[in-house]
Order: sequence, then C-alpha cells, then structure tokens
Amino acid sequence: MTKSVVFKSFILSTSLFAVLLGCTKKETLVESGIRDKVFHLGNGAAPKDLDPQIVTGVPESRIMYALFEGLVMADPKTLAPIPGVAESWEVSNNGLTYTFKLNKNAKWHNGDTVTAHDFVYSWMRELSPGLGAEYAYTLFVLKNGEAFNKGEVKDFSQVGVKAIDDHTLKVDLAGPTPYFLKLLSHQSTFPVHKATIEKFGKMETAGTKWTRAGNHVGNGPFQLSDWQLNKVIKVKKYAGYWDAAKVRLNEIHFYAIPSIEVEERTFRAGQLHATYEVGAEKIAYWKKKENSPLRITAYLGTYYYRMNVTRPPLDNLKVRKALSMSIDREAITKYVTKAGQIPTYSFVPPNTGGYNSRHKVEGNVEKAKKLLAEAGYPEGKGFPKIEILYNTLELHQSVAEAIQQMWKKNLGINVVLTNQEWKVYLDSQRKLNYYLSRAGWIGDYTDPNTFMDMWVTNGGNNQTGWSNKEYDRLIAQAAVTGDEIQRMELFQQAEKILLEEQPVLPIYTYVKKRLFHPSVKGWERNVLDLPVYKNIYLEASK
Amino acid sequence: MLQYTLRRLVGIIAVLFLVVTMTFFFIRLAPGGPFDAERAVSEQVLRALNARYNLDQPMHVQYLDYVWNLLHFDMGPSFKYSGRDVHELILTGLPITFELGMYAILFALFLGLLSGFLAGLNPNSLKDYVPMSFAMAGICIPSFLLGPLLIILFVFVLEVLPVGGWDSFDAKILPAITLGSSYAAYIARLSRGSLLEVMNQDYIRTARAKGVPEHMVLMKHALRGALLPVVSFMGPAIAGLLSGSFVVETIFNIPGLGRFYVEAAFNRDYTMILGTTIFFAALIAVMNLISDLVTVKLNPRLKFQGAK
Repeated sequence: MTKSVVFKSFILSTSLFAVLLGCTKKETLVESGIRDKVFHLGNGAAPKDLDPQIVTGVPESRIMYALFEGLVMADPKTLAPIPGVAESWEVSNNGLTYTFKLNKNAKWHNGDTVTAHDFVYSWMRELSPGLGAEYAYTLFVLKNGEAFNKGEVKDFSQVGVKAIDDHTLKVDLAGPTPYFLKLLSHQSTFPVHKATIEKFGKMETAGTKWTRAGNHVGNGPFQLSDWQLNKVIKVKKYAGYWDAAKVRLNEIHFYAIPSIEVEERTFRAGQLHATYEVGAEKIAYWKKKENSPLRITAYLGTYYYRMNVTRPPLDNLKVRKALSMSIDREAITKYVTKAGQIPTYSFVPPNTGGYNSRHKVEGNVEKAKKLLAEAGYPEGKGFPKIEILYNTLELHQSVAEAIQQMWKKNLGINVVLTNQEWKVYLDSQRKLNYYLSRAGWIGDYTDPNTFMDMWVTNGGNNQTGWSNKEYDRLIAQAAVTGDEIQRMELFQQAEKILLEEQPVLPIYTYVKKRLFHPSVKGWERNVLDLPVYKNIYLEASK
Repeated sequence: MLQYTLRRLVGIIAVLFLVVTMTFFFIRLAPGGPFDAERAVSEQVLRALNARYNLDQPMHVQYLDYVWNLLHFDMGPSFKYSGRDVHELILTGLPITFELGMYAILFALFLGLLSGFLAGLNPNSLKDYVPMSFAMAGICIPSFLLGPLLIILFVFVLEVLPVGGWDSFDAKILPAITLGSSYAAYIARLSRGSLLEVMNQDYIRTARAKGVPEHMVLMKHALRGALLPVVSFMGPAIAGLLSGSFVVETIFNIPGLGRFYVEAAFNRDYTMILGTTIFFAALIAVMNLISDLVTVKLNPRLKFQGAK
C-alpha cells in the first residue's frame, strides 16, 4: 500500500458514501398510512404493560382506549357518558344502585361474549389486595370496595357488584357518587378476560405473559398485533367489535418516543400523523406556520407550588399569602410558558364538571408587601433563605426564575432555585424536605373531587403538612351527598378554606399541545385528552 | 499464555463480584424508590409491590438472594416493565446496540486508519493537516450535537436518509457515523502518531538498507508496529461503543440497550440497573483482556508475565 493507494481509497470511500446517499426519496409513513388507513401516532414514554388494572401512566392509558372498552365511555366532545359495553343503565332514586344492561354483541377479541361476570371478575381483581393495583381506589366508591382492598372484608360477595344474569350488572355504591359513570371510562375499571388471565397466572399475579402480542385478549375496537419493546405497539381493527362498522382505521401504531425533540423531528420527516406533545420552545415556531399543525386545547390540570406549612417562615399564613399575591401569573403564561396556558387563581380548573371556583386568591403586590411587613419582614428584611424545588426540566426552571425575579422585585426577598432528578424530587416532596415545590395535578375525571380529596389530612398526595378539620369534614360530607347543587356547594366551601390557608400556590391551568398532520380527521379534543379511536380517520388533503 | 489468561479471568470474577456488591447497595442509597410516582401509592399497594419484588426482606437477605439467583443466571424481573425479566430486556436491546456498535467501529476503523496513515505518511503536508483537522473536530464535537446536525443535513435538507428508527439499512447510516466519528478521530490520531514513530525506528532503516521495496517495508514491518496502539485501544473502544450508545440511541430513537440502561437508572429499576451494569462490566473486562492478548501476540517485544 503506497501513499497514492491510501489517498485513492480515501477519496473512493468518500465518494462511495455519497453514492449510497443518492437513493431516491421514499414514500413517508404519513403517505402510506393515509393510503392503507394506518394511523401513526407518537405516544411518549415506552409503556410498562398492557394490563388495564396495572398500568398507571398516560401513554399506557392512551393504548388502553384502543384495546379495551368499559361499561360506559366518554363522549369525545363533552365527556358525557355514552354506551360502551353497557347499552343502557338505570340509577335508583337514592343514587346508590346502578343497573347496567350489557350489549349482547359485545365480544372479546377471541370471540367470547363480554358478560356481567367478566366485570365482577375484573373488579374483584382490581380490588384484590395481592394484585397491588395502584388505581384500586377508583373502585373504593363500591360498597365495601375499600374494605376488600384493605383485607378487612374477605368475601367478595359483600362488595357492591353482582351479575344478575349474563347481561345484567348491578352495582351498589358506598355513597351516592354522582361522578360514578365518569369513573367507568377510566382504564382501571375496564374488563379483563378471565380465561386468558388464568392461563398465564393467578388472578392476583401482576406481570404475566398474558399481555404479550398473540396472548392478549381485550374487548375494544382494536386488538394487539405487535409489541416491539421501546419502539412501537401496533393494534389492528377487530372485526367482531360490536360497533365495528363505525371504525374507519385499519391499524394504529403507537410509537414510544420519550424525547419531545426526537418526536418533533419524526413528525417533520413525515413519519407521524400526530405527536404526543410539543416542546415549549417550539410553540412560537409552529404557531407562525401557515395552516399550523399545532393544536392547543385546555387540559384538566393545575400547575402549582406546594408550600411546606411545617417549615418557618412558611408556617406563617401571612408569608404564604404574600408570596402568592406578589406573583404575576399573567406574565408567566404570556412570556414564559407561551402556549396559551390560563393563569389560575383557584385550584380546581375552570368548569370542572360544571364547577367554577367562587373563591380566588388575589394578585396584589401592595397588599403582599403589607402582609410581609406584618409577618415581621418589612421590605423583606431578615427574611430567611428559602428554596423553590423543582424536578429537572427547562420549563420548570424558567417559571421558577420568573417567580424568583418577581419576589425579589416586589417583596425584596431572595429565594434559591434547586432542581432535583425526578425520583429524588418525589422523595424530597414526600418527606416534606422542601420549602416550596413545583407540582402539577391532572384530574382523573371531570369532577372537583379529583382535585379536592387529595388535600385532606394526611392524604397521600397532600405532602404539604397542611391539615384542616373543617376541610376534611366538608370533603367527607361531599362524598355522601347525592344532591349535585349541595355537593358543589360543599366543594366551594372546601376550596375557600384551601385558598384562604394557602398550602398551595396555584399558577396556571395546563393545556395539551399536539401536532396534527392535516389528514387526521375526527379527533375531537377534550379536557382529559381522551381519544376515541373509532371516530378517527385519515383523509388526503386536496 | 493460558496461565496468564486464567489469572486474568480470576481477577475479572473478583472485579465483577465487587461491582455487583457495590451497585446493589449504592442504588438503594439513592433517594427515591422504584414505586415513587407523581401520585403517591397507598400503603397497602406499596406493601403488595414490595412483597412482589422481594423488597420487604431485610437488606442482607435481598442481597444474598440476588447473588444466589445471579449465580444461576437469573437476574430477576424488571420493576418497570412488569412481566419482563432483566435478561429478556437485555437480549431485546443487545443485538441492536451490538449491530450499531459494529457499524460504528467499522466506520471508525476504516476512516480512522485511512486518514491516520495518509497523514502519517505525509507528515506536515496538506494531506496531513486536512484529515487531522477533521479528526480534531471529530473529537471535540459531542454526539448530541453531531447527530442533530447530520439529521438536518441528510434528512431535512438533502432528504436522502430517514430521521431515525432501525428498520432499514439506510436508517443505520447516520447513527453509525454519529457514534463512530469520535472513535474514528481517536484512531486517526493514534495511527498517525504511531506510524510516524515506527517509521523512525532502527528496524525500518535496516529493512530499507537491506533493499526491501518501500511498499514491503510499509506492509510487512511498519504497519504491524503502527497498529499496536490501535489494537490496545480497540478493547475499551468496543466496550465504550456498546455501553455509551445511549445518546445516539435517543437521538435516532433506536430501541437499544443503552436506552434501557439509562432509563433504568431514572426509574430506580434496581434489578435492571444491576443486570445491565454487570453485563457491561463483564463486557469491558473481557474486551480489555482480549485486546491485551492480541497486543502481546502482535508485539514480539512483549511477553506474558512468567512465560519463558
């Protein structure tokens, strides 16, 4: 090998590479998808499992709606209950007993009929102590549901769910729960196929091979056809589904793309019909586009700060109020988050199941200064060093920096920003090892209860050290109140206490941002971002 | 040589044992557990979960159980992917990461050796400066920058390659280049340097004095010596490529082992962290051993310790 040979092969290899690249442009997945009715959808982090009673994450739940169907589903636009497996239902006058008539054409993916016994079995599985289902509390509204889950009641026939016959299911509730039907469109109440579960393990064993492609049996409009770990989950239309005539897609491919940047590039390259998210820093870019694929809708969630009421100076109500009053929420949503988030002055998002908070926290810098002075820190003098804790993410940092500036300018106090890796942050929060901590809460169903019952004394998600007897009483009272007007009034009173005592500092209401290729039709958006896949279709734009 | 290899193997086993022990206890020291989530898990659920994964046992019992199972090649179930064993996850990701690593190393060797020798044979000329500047740039540009840059150029401007995935051959080109480029750059600098050094050795002068044709001098005498540092570099490089592909796998959305490894740490997926760490530790140790053995084989001046 002489010098010139080395040089020549160097040139040759470079040009060979260039030739390799000369391949012609291929059809994109978006194009072939429109032709073959295959919907390519970004779906966030890789799913843990495909068992409706085990999964907890949003990416998993989005796949559950394709593979399974509950008794009652949610209207894609209004989220009002619409028939699922149950074709009709009756409620007793006292609101405690529900009788569901099941659709006789509802089929499992192996052809079996979905019966009332399947629901009894599935709810028993969900509540059984050994399974460790994290969402078991969804069914605590059943008579003896909680007691069975805690092992206090051993006999499941004591729990309020019974199959009257194959197609009639009777449910007895612990208290009148006006939002009970809304809970039924949550995946944890979806049915599972007994024979399949028990072919691969016991009822109480989580994580058996029944959820693998080839084994999986669901009852939704789509059935599992392929599961490539960390890559893609493919579902195909199930011809035996009772409403199959309505289903217009042949397949849906759910891609696991945890990185928002990567997902966006994939979308731009024509490999996705819709994304799972859009990064905050890209909103402005997509907004400016003509026929922008960006669609932003209100999302049932509140972005807020927890305040640790067990730590001075935050144990002082005046300090908490001063901190809350002196931030400019409008400026944060306008200049920092920028995606149309709605500044919020209450904890429950607006119009949650018809509920709008009467009480609001104030934004009032002058009053804040006065309160801080009354608390013993005139113009911030002598104010101890406190920290804002957030999990490592750029958006949280930007919001915290803005708030840090506002407090500095308006109150003359200095706060330190601390970011922690996700699990460390969760640990600090749970152990009350923080001053202020960034948090977000997304509702499970459209009822104020999903935002309110977390703040009761020692509630698992309270994590502020805050406790109020009257608040606890109001929430407990609401749980047994059947009258909607009265129940909403109880929540109003409870939220008034929460906002007056301020263990929380509400900042804004979330929005859900997705990019949609123009070919995607029939995807109605709602505040829970629940998809109804049987309505979705793809149509080439003219 | 056999004796040397055996001695090294014993050392490797000791190292792996240390790795298992330290990893086992260190990951449990990190704040936050596998079942911490935004929504707090109720006490009875936590109890059920802990019991399922054997976490309700005293620490030393857990440790002994783990080691015992490990000796039977059972790395336990993953905490995050319910119903999947760690070895299943490793076997899912490994072939992909391995393939990616091999393409990257082939690319690195090809480009690195070519430009290194080109530069080494023409020191201080344009044919030296140009490839060496590229090599310097290659070392300096991190893959999280190079990857997106290549994507902008080849995917969005030229529109000739796919944006990611692992389904077709052309999808594998950019990840291999991104992962291999910094190694190519190292190899180029290593081979240039060693070739220059070798060409000044006495035995090269002797060969030339004997009248050996120049290409024979290069092929037979110089290359062998010049490749030595590259060979010693290959062991750690291959291990590094396999264990360090996380960034590239993320940029190109490749379902490889690197992503499992890093995500396991974020998820506090104890068994998965342990499984992958042990796997990579073993890989690095074995690769180092192989490259040491090959180096001795190639270099007549080295002898195995204790060998006659």
